[in-house]
Amino acid sequence: MAEHRIKSRMLYSYLHDPSAVAGSIILLLFILAALLAPWITPQDPYDLEKVSLEHFLIPPVWMEGGVSPYLLGTDDQGRGILSTIIYGCRTSLIVGFGVVLIAGSFGILIGLLAGYYGGWLDVVTMRLADTFFSFSTTLMAFLFLGIFGGASIFVVIIAICLPDWVRYARTMRGSVLEIKEEAYILAARATGAKDFRLLVRHLLPNAIPPIFVVVAVDLAVVIMLEATLSFLGVGVPLTEPSLGMMISIGKNYIYAGMWWMIVFPGAALVLLVVGINLFADWLREELNPKIERKLSSF
Amino acid sequence: MVTYIARRLMQAVVVLLAVSTICFVIFRYMGDPVITMAGRYATLQEIEEVRRAFGLDQPMYVQYGRFIWNVLHGNFGKSYVTRVPALGLILERFPATFELASVAVVMAFCLGVGLGVLVSLKPYAFRNRLIMAGSLGGISIPTFLMGILLIMVFSVYLGILPPFGRGETVRVGFWRTGLLTIDGLKHLILPAATLAMYQLAVLLRLTRAGMREVMTEEYIKTAWAKGLSPRKVIFKHALRNVLIPVITITGLQFGELIAFAIITETIFQWPGMGNLLLSSFYENDQPVIVTYIMMAALIIITLNMIVDILYALINPKIRYG
Repeated sequence: MAEHRIKSRMLYSYLHDPSAVAGSIILLLFILAALLAPWITPQDPYDLEKVSLEHFLIPPVWMEGGVSPYLLGTDDQGRGILSTIIYGCRTSLIVGFGVVLIAGSFGILIGLLAGYYGGWLDVVTMRLADTFFSFSTTLMAFLFLGIFGGASIFVVIIAICLPDWVRYARTMRGSVLEIKEEAYILAARATGAKDFRLLVRHLLPNAIPPIFVVVAVDLAVVIMLEATLSFLGVGVPLTEPSLGMMISIGKNYIYAGMWWMIVFPGAALVLLVVGINLFADWLREELNPKIERKLSSF
Repeated sequence: MVTYIARRLMQAVVVLLAVSTICFVIFRYMGDPVITMAGRYATLQEIEEVRRAFGLDQPMYVQYGRFIWNVLHGNFGKSYVTRVPALGLILERFPATFELASVAVVMAFCLGVGLGVLVSLKPYAFRNRLIMAGSLGGISIPTFLMGILLIMVFSVYLGILPPFGRGETVRVGFWRTGLLTIDGLKHLILPAATLAMYQLAVLLRLTRAGMREVMTEEYIKTAWAKGLSPRKVIFKHALRNVLIPVITITGLQFGELIAFAIITETIFQWPGMGNLLLSSFYENDQPVIVTYIMMAALIIITLNMIVDILYALINPKIRYG
């Protein structure tokens, strides 16, 4: 009953927060576009038969010299900007969700165990978390990829996960510590519930809400990080589409006034990240008990 | 307190040791240093000589011990590319990075905290909603894109600010500064703004969130009830308490600053340490990479320790256990 009320209150506040709705619609559109990329792109930028060098550095269609299937123009190898952006977002989302999934599950597991059992696991995890936090995910992923080289999208995901999981572990541990001594957990233990059941059935579902905020924020951070790494040349390999790499190619033509090679992929990246952050902002306000809510009065 | 500091020092040493071990592994096993030093076309005999000359035929622990010994004496080996000591190369680049980073941090801090306080006082005013929207942009535009857009607007289209390099510098003792010439300052504006942007947005949001929480506390109500002026309540009672965690988080996220400095330096071809690191990656110049990592780790860990200890001194709630 109580849970039902919380859910309907969250739904109500979500529907009455235009920026949260806008944010999630943006994210959804990007996901749809990424899933349907082969069917909706005007041209497959990585099919060598369809890419011709004749059509390189073409401006967008509404400008002088624009050619019809290339709505937003082409880059220096004749790849359509719009098509490459859609494929690039695919890479962004694969890396984003890949990291959230892998680093998230591992971090939640470690955080749950560290919070519940304490002891050496707790000490080691928190020391690691402090150290990784101060070195920052960006710096560590960058150094890792710079030294070992980004051989594939998967390597990039792993390089980001290596430092990133502590974000989840730290939050989960804190959350577990907060509810560990609550009456219903003690009651469950008193009924003779085994550790495993206690962890999975009682602690995990009740300790997880703060993680949702971390997931949303992290998704945005990781997508920006992938673009940054690819821009610097240590991210996904040249054969994969990536927004960061598109911008890095566009940078070579910045003085030639070919703005479309930077502005369009840049706008796509920012729009995607803004969408996620809008949703994350709403989620944070919603799950933070310390801030008085305008709606809580009824 | 003394035990707390001692423990904190021990931890710092452990982390530094771990970092140096990783560096040793990189140095020793990422590509064969013997081939690099003897040259690709060396005969087997020559390779053997080089191996012996550099002690690479010794057992693992001897090599590791020697590596640590050398590092402790500031001897990080010579760059494979320029054949000069790697540490010298990095230190030579240090002033450029330091000036860029410190100007950016000061800019970000003043603007971020100032705007954060302003926004928190009337969160629903139109102007403040606009600032919040701007801060959302600030955390949603990656540093590299911000830099390129700034170059596009101010250098390519308006043509009023230089897009790369450090401009004219003057030497003050061993320090080469760009802060004393008009040209140097002009060159500093775009990169510093780029580097400050992300931190500014984060600081603004942290300050705003902190202020909103603190303003509902009982002691603030008491301060109002005592009839204190708004300035005293806001700056003396509220902001001071908000600033402690804000400064702590800023200090603890120093690695982030270093990472974003690398990105900024790359875009603006700023002749700092980060730029050197990226070119060393492309050239596989391991001594320089290892030296950079060790220096960065040393700075980050030292700073972290200082912040932690200061925090413990300021905040009576912390346990020294």
